[in-house]
Amino acid sequence: MTRQSKQGEVFQGHVGIGLRVTGEALVASDNFSARYDLDRLKGIFSRQQHKLCGQSYVGKILILNAAKGGVASAWMLREMAARDMGPAALILNFANPIMAQGAAFAGLALIDRFDGDITALVKSGDRVTADPAVGTVEIL
Amino acid sequence: MKLTDHESAMLAGAEGPARKYAMEQVVSVGQFFDAEDCVDVAQVHLMADPESLGEECVGFLEGLAALPEDQRLVRAPTVTDPRGVDLQAYKRLKQTEDQANLERRSIAAFRALGVMMTDTCINYQTIMPPVLGEHLAFGDTGSSIYANSVMGARTNFEGGPSALAAALTGRTPRYGFHLDGVRKGSTHFEVDHRPKDLSEWGALGAVVGRDMKSYWEVPVISGVESPPTSDELKHFGAALASFGSTPLFHMTGITPEAPDLQTVFDGPAPAATPLTRAATIALRDSYWPADDRLDVVVFAAPQLSLMEMRDLAGLMQGRRVNDTVTLIAATSPEIKSACDRMGLTATIEDAGGIVLEGVCFYQMYAREIGEANGWTRLMSNSAKIVNILGGYGYEPMLASMAHCVDSAVAGKIVGGAS
Repeated sequence: MTRQSKQGEVFQGHVGIGLRVTGEALVASDNFSARYDLDRLKGIFSRQQHKLCGQSYVGKILILNAAKGGVASAWMLREMAARDMGPAALILNFANPIMAQGAAFAGLALIDRFDGDITALVKSGDRVTADPAVGTVEIL
Repeated sequence: MKLTDHESAMLAGAEGPARKYAMEQVVSVGQFFDAEDCVDVAQVHLMADPESLGEECVGFLEGLAALPEDQRLVRAPTVTDPRGVDLQAYKRLKQTEDQANLERRSIAAFRALGVMMTDTCINYQTIMPPVLGEHLAFGDTGSSIYANSVMGARTNFEGGPSALAAALTGRTPRYGFHLDGVRKGSTHFEVDHRPKDLSEWGALGAVVGRDMKSYWEVPVISGVESPPTSDELKHFGAALASFGSTPLFHMTGITPEAPDLQTVFDGPAPAATPLTRAATIALRDSYWPADDRLDVVVFAAPQLSLMEMRDLAGLMQGRRVNDTVTLIAATSPEIKSACDRMGLTATIEDAGGIVLEGVCFYQMYAREIGEANGWTRLMSNSAKIVNILGGYGYEPMLASMAHCVDSAVAGKIVGGAS
């Protein structure tokens, strides 16, 4: 059964990278790589096996499980942001160095290492605020 | 994070904006992963294909390249991963002038920074093999996992912006796989068979990689009875890193930090998950398509060694790729030069193949060249490339090199799933 997130709930992760941002959550328990999973020109997930295949991530607070795949995401996150075709924030259970490097280079908000499984605590469509300075995600 | 006086000066901008950006990158990533300080890096391997860079990041590089020489030159030996456009061959592949121009601009910028354009992901085989305990900043998951696992060197995955930061400062944050404790084994697998070819070594790596929960999990593989070749370990590691985002594996009795299970786990080994031949073959056959249509055969990811190029030339000698299929092999400039000298390039191209240098298929606008050439059904012996290209609109299939060549000659996928 899908857990119902509650207004005002705050989930604590590790202190992250980037600035505080508010937006609509797009959530799946899948993993993430910009090169492997996305059609970056159209701004949608394009990997057939991905649970978000066909959905737009542009401007969303993207909440997924773990960073996967290669190193290209480190450049790609900034390239996507420059075209206004990137997510508003990246929230993961486990980032890897590539996501941290990419977020730092792009100025993208990134938080990981939460007390619980963040992909089960927030649902798609929730309006949330991510605050990397203190490592929190709050349901609005 | 503790910084030296010199690092603090770079961070404050005393040595110009390039080293300021670089130290900001180092500190930001270091703080995210709770690094206590930095380490000096002996070598940098920089991934920066133009598809990943785009106009935005090429412009960023050109900004650095326009700085005075004392502010812009790299401070650690820096080599490059494959480029996105082979400027000798791009028109054959229907790559555009815009793509080629972005490539030319990024090459010019890197040269101005003092970067050596080796354009290879097999630098550990062809340029400067890392050594045990050496701290590196390697980009490309395949070069990182090989350097960590097979050589016993120490690197995290360093994406382009961070590899460049390491190059400009000579430093990288000391966290992750630079630390002794993080390099110990965490998960145990026991293999009961020996893969028969490179596609099976890749599939074996994929089976392990698929099981990895995060970057931090370190798989230990026992049961490999005699040393694999460098190419076998290359395909195993590249697939493991691709399917799992994993930068280190150990193979007991084979790799340098795993003389035995007790040492690599720093205590009793956990129960082993069996790695059966059935699981390897099932992974490979999971890509088997519903029909025998074939558009393109690709040997790349990682670029081919001289031994692989020799094997490919042997398989193609005296045969002809069907007119309906394109066959591509990608290798490094150094190996391409050797193949030209030894006649291997001529053998492959006389049979209708295309030998590319300094590029790798998935890094060369794979979506766009697929659309331009009408390619969807792709066959390769690389588990890594098969994993990547699903997201690029291809229907990839994994098979042995011999099976791929037989199919390219027939103009359709021959044989059947195991």
